[in-house]
Amino acid sequence: MATTTVTRENVEEKVVEALAELGPEPAQITPDATFESLDVDSLDLVELTQVVEEEFGVVIPNEAAAKLTTVGDAIEYVVAHGS
Amino acid sequence: MNRRVAITGLGAVSPLGVGARPLYERWRDGESGIEDGLGRCREFDPAEFLSTKEARRSDRFAQLAIAASEEALAEAGWSGDGQPPYDPERVGCVVGTGVGGLGTIEAQHDVLRDRGPGRVSPLSVPLLMANAATAALAMRHGLRGPAQTTVSACAAGSDALGAALRMIRAGDADAVVAGGAEAALTPLARSAFAAMGAVSVSGVSRPFDARRDGFVMGEGAGILVLEELEAAEARGATVLAELAGYGASADAHHITAPEPDGRGAARAIELALEDAAMAPSDIDYVNAHGTSTPMNDRAETEALKTALGPAAYEIPISSTKSAIGHLLGGAGAVEAVATVLALQARTAPPTLGYAEPDEGLDLDYVPDGPRSIGNGRPPVALSSSFGFGGHNAVLCLAGR
Repeated sequence: MATTTVTRENVEEKVVEALAELGPEPAQITPDATFESLDVDSLDLVELTQVVEEEFGVVIPNEAAAKLTTVGDAIEYVVAHGS
Repeated sequence: MNRRVAITGLGAVSPLGVGARPLYERWRDGESGIEDGLGRCREFDPAEFLSTKEARRSDRFAQLAIAASEEALAEAGWSGDGQPPYDPERVGCVVGTGVGGLGTIEAQHDVLRDRGPGRVSPLSVPLLMANAATAALAMRHGLRGPAQTTVSACAAGSDALGAALRMIRAGDADAVVAGGAEAALTPLARSAFAAMGAVSVSGVSRPFDARRDGFVMGEGAGILVLEELEAAEARGATVLAELAGYGASADAHHITAPEPDGRGAARAIELALEDAAMAPSDIDYVNAHGTSTPMNDRAETEALKTALGPAAYEIPISSTKSAIGHLLGGAGAVEAVATVLALQARTAPPTLGYAEPDEGLDLDYVPDGPRSIGNGRPPVALSSSFGFGGHNAVLCLAGR
């Protein structure tokens, strides 16, 4: 399923795009922004993990997703776990 | 203590537009919201009421209910500081629906089939559940009293208002935000209603007319603000009408067909009158269920004759569905909104499209345009809803 190569640039672009669809203003979606500040809750995070899995083939288990607090955390996780 | 129930706010989103007044006024003036055999809420734009996040977190039926609630609460004067003018724990919420988030069910089933179980949205359940509109209104408006959902097919909206009436009378709440919502113009529901032969092949809604051939599917929501009458008056609210009575019964007869003699429906009408301490001669207008199906309109006519006796022939009877189609679980509430406005204006809108009388359907269906009601005193109306499964729910509404 995964079609996109895992590079920091690709991951950042896709994560920001996916988060923007959930509601936050694109300008607010920076690596330092916390999900709490973006009003992104656990249900939104599940949607984000689904997008990431489909795009990059990286599975973020629920326990790991629960530990992500910032946009940067999510990007780092995918970059670190991408093949 | 005899607690009475005031209606202080109205909201509607219907095929005739966004708003309670457009619904009533356009219907009264003979306009139909039905296009290509469907009653869509074409003028509804969720973005006017919901942020991106809120819109993603609600199925269309809940979105329609939210929009209607904004209008109703604003009219009741509740919208000022975002809190109801009562202890929030004393404010309930009851929103009826026939099926809930059917569009979500169908879309997520497509995802399951085409992309696998891992891609089904985590929002599926909170969007599709039948109580989603109730939950959305409770959260949005901070209503912390009893919150529940009536599910009784096309009687659900009226049953919701009946449940709300009883909540206030019983002292469980001082106010209730109540109504009904439906958004089931989906491929599955349209095919299913067509398969059972319930929907109009001609695409024309003409209740009580000899040429009627089924109902026209519609979507929409109606929300009303109900308050205990003395409390409403004490806070200086404008009382639009009183929800004076509610009667409910079951046919226990057939999964879709009404009892041909309308016995169950008649009993609901009688119970609503009794509950409101009204006699048939007190009734100035009947907002009929009037679906435009051959069976309903005949059984309903029989029921009105049985319950109202000779008065049935004197009372103007019209069907909102002639202008907007059948809003299913939203119908009873949207029609209650239209009825309250008819009482306020003391003018009953007509049954649109009615031209050819059918044998035995010989009541006054208001065929020729709007009709003055009430003879100079505050008029009283009945609003009927009957659902597949044999659910009968009738409201008695008293003008001011």
